[in-house]
Amino acid sequence: MTTTAVRRRQKPAVRKGAVGQAVLYAVLVSLAVVYVFPFLVQVATSFKPDAEAAANAVSLWPQTWTFAAYDRLLTRSDFPLWFANSAIVTVAVTVGRVFFASLAGYALARLKFRGRGLVFALIVAVMAVPSVVLLIPKFLVLNQLGIYDSYAGMILPLLVDAAGVFIMKGFFESIPDSVEEQARIDGAGTFRVFWSVVLPMARPALVTIVILSFQGSWNELSHFIVATQSPELTTLTKGVASLASGQLSQGTQYPVKLAAAAIMTIPVAVLFFVFQKHIMNTSEGAVKG
Amino acid sequence: MSLTVNRAGLGARRGDGPAGWLFTLPVIVVLGLFMLVPVLMALWVSFSDWTGRGSPLAPGTGFVGFENYAAITSGGGLAERNFGIAMRNNAWYALLVVPLQTGLSLGLALLVNRAVLRGRGFFRTAFYFPSVTSSVAITVLWLFLFSTSGAVNQVLSWIGVNGPNWFNEPAGIVHVALGNPEGPAFLTGSDFLGVSWWDWLSGPSVAMSALILMAVFTTSGTFMLLFLAALQNIGPELDEAGRMDGASAWQRFWRITLPQLRPALFTVLTLGLIGCWQVFDQIYTGTQGGPGKTTVTPAYLSYEAAFTDQAWGQGAAISFVLFAVIVVFTLFQRWVLRERDASKRVEKRIAKGAKA
Repeated sequence: MTTTAVRRRQKPAVRKGAVGQAVLYAVLVSLAVVYVFPFLVQVATSFKPDAEAAANAVSLWPQTWTFAAYDRLLTRSDFPLWFANSAIVTVAVTVGRVFFASLAGYALARLKFRGRGLVFALIVAVMAVPSVVLLIPKFLVLNQLGIYDSYAGMILPLLVDAAGVFIMKGFFESIPDSVEEQARIDGAGTFRVFWSVVLPMARPALVTIVILSFQGSWNELSHFIVATQSPELTTLTKGVASLASGQLSQGTQYPVKLAAAAIMTIPVAVLFFVFQKHIMNTSEGAVKG
Repeated sequence: MSLTVNRAGLGARRGDGPAGWLFTLPVIVVLGLFMLVPVLMALWVSFSDWTGRGSPLAPGTGFVGFENYAAITSGGGLAERNFGIAMRNNAWYALLVVPLQTGLSLGLALLVNRAVLRGRGFFRTAFYFPSVTSSVAITVLWLFLFSTSGAVNQVLSWIGVNGPNWFNEPAGIVHVALGNPEGPAFLTGSDFLGVSWWDWLSGPSVAMSALILMAVFTTSGTFMLLFLAALQNIGPELDEAGRMDGASAWQRFWRITLPQLRPALFTVLTLGLIGCWQVFDQIYTGTQGGPGKTTVTPAYLSYEAAFTDQAWGQGAAISFVLFAVIVVFTLFQRWVLRERDASKRVEKRIAKGAKA
C-alpha cells in the first residue's frame, strides 16, 4: 500500500490528480450518504410524534421531540420481555458455540482417532444445508422430542454451528504443536492441554466465533418462528416482525416500530464497533456468507 | 500437513481415540439431531399425507409416493400455480440482485481501496454497517422509507417524479415500463407451472423491486470486504507495468485488475445466487407475500403451505425442490473454487513472466 502512495506523490500530473481526488471524494461521500441516511432517518423518526413522522419523513430533526415511542415500548408493551428472551438465547448460544466449536475443532485438527474423516465429512455436508429448508424439518423434530415451545427448543438446535467448527479446525491446524507437546510430556491430560494451553492461544479465532454467534443468534428469526408459539417466549426478531405487520397497533405508528428496530440494532452495532478492526481484517472469517 | 505426517510416524498417542470422540460428541449429537434427523423426517413427510396432527411417524400417516411433488409441479391446481408464482418471483429477484450487488460491491471495494484515501475507515464502516443489522430491523426501516409518503417518494418528488405506492403495487416493472399493455395471445395463451408466459415476463413487481433494492443495500458491504481482501492480495506490479505501457485507467481495470479478481468475482456471484434463493425473513416481516402474491418466495411458500394451510406434505416437497436448487448452486460454487486454485497458479506464472 505504502509503495502506491509514494508512487502517487512522485507523479508529475499533480493537478489532474487533484481533480481526480475531488471526483473520487464526491462519489464516495454521496454513496456514504445513501448508506447512512436511512439509519439517521430511523433514529430521527423514532423521536417524532406519529403525525409528524407521516407528514415529514425525510427531516433529520424532529420539530417536536417526544419520547412517546420509547415510553410505550419500554413501559406498556412486551418489548422488555422480547429483549430479555433474545439476550438469554444469544448468551447461551454464544457460550455453547464457542465451547463446542473449539472442542470439536481441536479434536479434528489435533487428535488422531478412527472415524475422524467421517465426522469431518458430516460437518462439511451439513454446512451446505441452507437454514430455510430446515423450517418444517426442525419443527417436526422439536415436536417429536417434546421441546417445542421451550427455551430448550430455542437454544439446543442453535448450540452447534458447523461453520464455527470449520473455522476452529483451520485455526488449530495453523499453530505449531510444540507447546502442547511440552505440556503432554509434563503429564497433562488431553482436556487439560486443550483447556489451559491451546485454548488461550486461540483468542483471535474465538473472537471470530463470538462475533458470528452473537450476530447470528441475535438476528435469528426463522428458527424462533418454528420453535415457539407462546408470547412469553417471543424474541426481539419475532416480536418486532409482529409489530411490523401491524398486529399490535392501529394506524401506521412508524415511530414505535422504528424505535423498536433501532433498539434491537444497538447490541450488534456495539459488537461491531468494538471488534471493528477484527472484522475488517479477517474479513474472510467474519463474512456470514 | 507436515504435522500429520510427523505424528503418523510417532503413532497415535494413547487416549486420543476416546478423547477425540468425546470432544466431537456434542457437535455430532446436535447436528445429527437437529439437521440430519429433521431432513430425513421431512423427506418422509414430503412423501406422506400427514396433516399436522400427532406425529408423522405414527401409524395413521400414509405413503403417497410423489403425489405432493406432482401437485406443485403439474395438474393445473392452485398448488402448482402458487409454486410457479413463487419461482417466477424468486427468479426475477435473483436475476436483478446478483448483478447489482456484485457490481456495486466491486465498485465500493475499488473506491475504498485507493491508497491515498483519507477517512477510508469511515467509508468502509458506512458501507458495511447495513450488513450487520438484522433483516427484521432493516425490513421495518424499508417499509417506512418506501411507504406512500415515505422518504424515498419525498426525495423523488424533489426531482418531479411521482413515486409509486411501493409495497402495495403488484404490477411487474417490465409491464409498467411497457405501459401495461394487453399481452399477445401466444404469451397469455400458454403457461408454465400454472403461470402464463406473459406473467413470467412481467418482471418483479414494484413491491419486489423495493425488496431487491434492500437486498443490494444489505449485502453489498459483505461482498465489498471479500473484494477488498482479494484486491489487497494482488500485487501492484502488473498494474504498474500496464501504466508504463501507457494503458489508461479504464484499460488497466478491464485487462489487468478484473482478470486477477476472477476467483473473488465467482465466489461473490455464486454466494449471491445461493443467498437469493433463501429469502424468508424479509417476506415474513414485511409483505407476507403480498401484494397479489408477487413477493412470495419458495422458502416463504413452503412455510405458509405447512404452518398456515396445514398442507405439510406439499410444504416439505417445496423445501426439497428448493434444497435441490440451492445444492446445484453450491456444487457449482465448489467446482468454481476448485477452478480458483488452478487459476491462481496460472496468475502467478503470468505475474512471474511479467516481472521477468
